[in-house]
Amino acid sequence: MANSALARSGSVKSATSNDAVVQVRDICKNYGDVEALRGINLEFERGKLTTLLGPSGCGKTTLLKIIAGLVPATSGEIRVNGRVVTGPGPERAFVFQDFALMPWATVLRNVGFGLELKGVPAAERDRTARRYIEQVGLAGFEQKYPHELSGGMRQRVGIARAFAVNADVLLLDEPFSAVDEQNRRKFQEDLLRLVDLEKKTFIFVTHSIEEAVYVSDRIILLSPRPGRVSQIIDPMIDRSASPDDIRRDAGYLDVVEEIWQGLRQYAE
Amino acid sequence: MNFYGTRIPMMTSLIFWLLIWEIVGRLEVMFLIPPITSIVAAGFELVQTGSWQSASMITLRSFVYGMALAIIVGVPLGVLMGRVKVIDNIFGLWVNMFVSAPLSALVPILMILFGMGETTVVVTVFLFAVWIIVLDARAGVMQVPTSLVEMGRSYGASRWTIFSKIILFSALPEILAGIRIGLIRGVKGVVIGQILVSIIGYGELFELYSRSFDMERFWALTMLLFAAAMLLSAGVEHFEKRIEYYAGAR
Repeated sequence: MANSALARSGSVKSATSNDAVVQVRDICKNYGDVEALRGINLEFERGKLTTLLGPSGCGKTTLLKIIAGLVPATSGEIRVNGRVVTGPGPERAFVFQDFALMPWATVLRNVGFGLELKGVPAAERDRTARRYIEQVGLAGFEQKYPHELSGGMRQRVGIARAFAVNADVLLLDEPFSAVDEQNRRKFQEDLLRLVDLEKKTFIFVTHSIEEAVYVSDRIILLSPRPGRVSQIIDPMIDRSASPDDIRRDAGYLDVVEEIWQGLRQYAE
Repeated sequence: MNFYGTRIPMMTSLIFWLLIWEIVGRLEVMFLIPPITSIVAAGFELVQTGSWQSASMITLRSFVYGMALAIIVGVPLGVLMGRVKVIDNIFGLWVNMFVSAPLSALVPILMILFGMGETTVVVTVFLFAVWIIVLDARAGVMQVPTSLVEMGRSYGASRWTIFSKIILFSALPEILAGIRIGLIRGVKGVVIGQILVSIIGYGELFELYSRSFDMERFWALTMLLFAAAMLLSAGVEHFEKRIEYYAGAR
C-alpha cells in the first residue's frame, strides 16, 4: 500500500477544471500597511476536501473568511458556482474555531439556527436538526446547553449546524484546534465519513501537518508575510485502509515529511 | 463558619451585636440607642399606622417610576454606546463622570428645577440608578464574541436579527447585573431624595421622628428600609442566577 499512496506535487498551478465550485482569482488583502495575502489563485473541486495549510501569519484563516464573504478582499474576486461573492451566502456554511454556539440556546436550537434564520418552519427545522445531531453522534443531547458539553461535543454541534443548512461548500476554520488530542483523531475519522456521505466541497484550515495529510484530497501550502500559494500537494492516501494503518503508512509519512521540509524554513 | 473547631450558625454575629445593642439600650447610655426590643415593638406598631402606609406608597411609587425610567433610558443608551462609536464618544465622558459623582449634592438643584415634590424624588432615583445601568449594558454589548456575530452573518442573518437574536441575548447577564446594582443605588436615591425634600414619604417620617427624638420609630423605619433593600437585591440576584446558568460557560 506504500506505493499506492504516492504523492503528486507541483508548483502553483492555474489550470482550470470544469468541476471547480469555488474559484479564487487574484485575491489580495491588506490590513493597513500589512500585506496579508498576495495574488492568490485557486480552485476548489466539488466533493473534495481541500486544506489550507501554513504557519501562523500566512493568512489561511483570512482567505477562508474572504471565501465565506465575512471579510472583504482588497482586490480580486471569489466565485462560487460561477457567481461572484459579495457577502455570505446560503451555498456556503462556516464552522468556527471557537464553535460560536449560542450559550443560551439548546443543542437543538443551535443546530437549527441556520434554518431558523432562513425562515424554515419550526417542525421541519427540528426534524432536520435532529437528523444531523444524530449524524454527528449527539443523539440524546438535543435539550442540553453548550456548557454541559465537552469541547469536542460542542464542535460536533457546530458541524451539525453547518450541515443542516445543506450548503454546497463547507468552510472549516481550524475546527479541531480547541479539541483534545484523542477526540481530534476520532473527529478526523468522523469528518472523513461525513465527507464521503455528504458529497460536499470542504475547505479546511489547519496548522497541523498530520491532520492535513490525513483528511485532505489536496493540500495548499501557504507561505507567510505576505500569504502566497507556495505548493499544492495531493496526498493520494488510500482511505480504504483502517485509520491506524494509514497513520503508519510510509506514503502518509512521506507526505508529512515533504510538507515539513517545505515549512521548516518558517519555523523559528 | 467555624470557631475553634465548633460550627457556629450563620446568624451568630447578628445575634451577638443585637444582644450588645439590647444591653447598651437597657443601660440607657445614650438616648440615641433604645433597646432593640422596643425598636421591634415600635416597628410592629409603625407598620400599622396610616402615616407609614401612605409614606411607603409614595416611596414605592417614586422608586418604581424612577427605576423604570432609568431602565428604559439606561439599557438602550448603553447598548447604543457599545455598538456605535460616535454615540460612545458623545456620552462616554458624561456617563463615567456621573457614575462616580456625589449626586446628593445635585438634589438641591433638582428641587429648584422640579419643585419640592415627588418629581424631584423620581429624578433623584433616576440619576442614582441610570449610569451604572448604562455602563453595564455597554460592557455587555462590547464583550459579545466576534465569532458569534460572524456566525450570524455567515448564516444569513440581517443586521437587525443579529442584534435582536444574538447581541442582546449575549449581553443579557451584564445588563441584568447593571439593573441589580442600579436598584440598590435607586433605594439610596429614593431615601436621600426624600430626606432632602423632607416633606414627603419616608423623608417626612425621618424628619418627624428625629426632630421629636422618637428613636424607636426612627430605628424601626431604618431597619425596615435596610430589609427592603436587601430583599430587593436578593430577588434580582435570584433571577440573575437563572440567566447566569447559561452564560457561565461562554
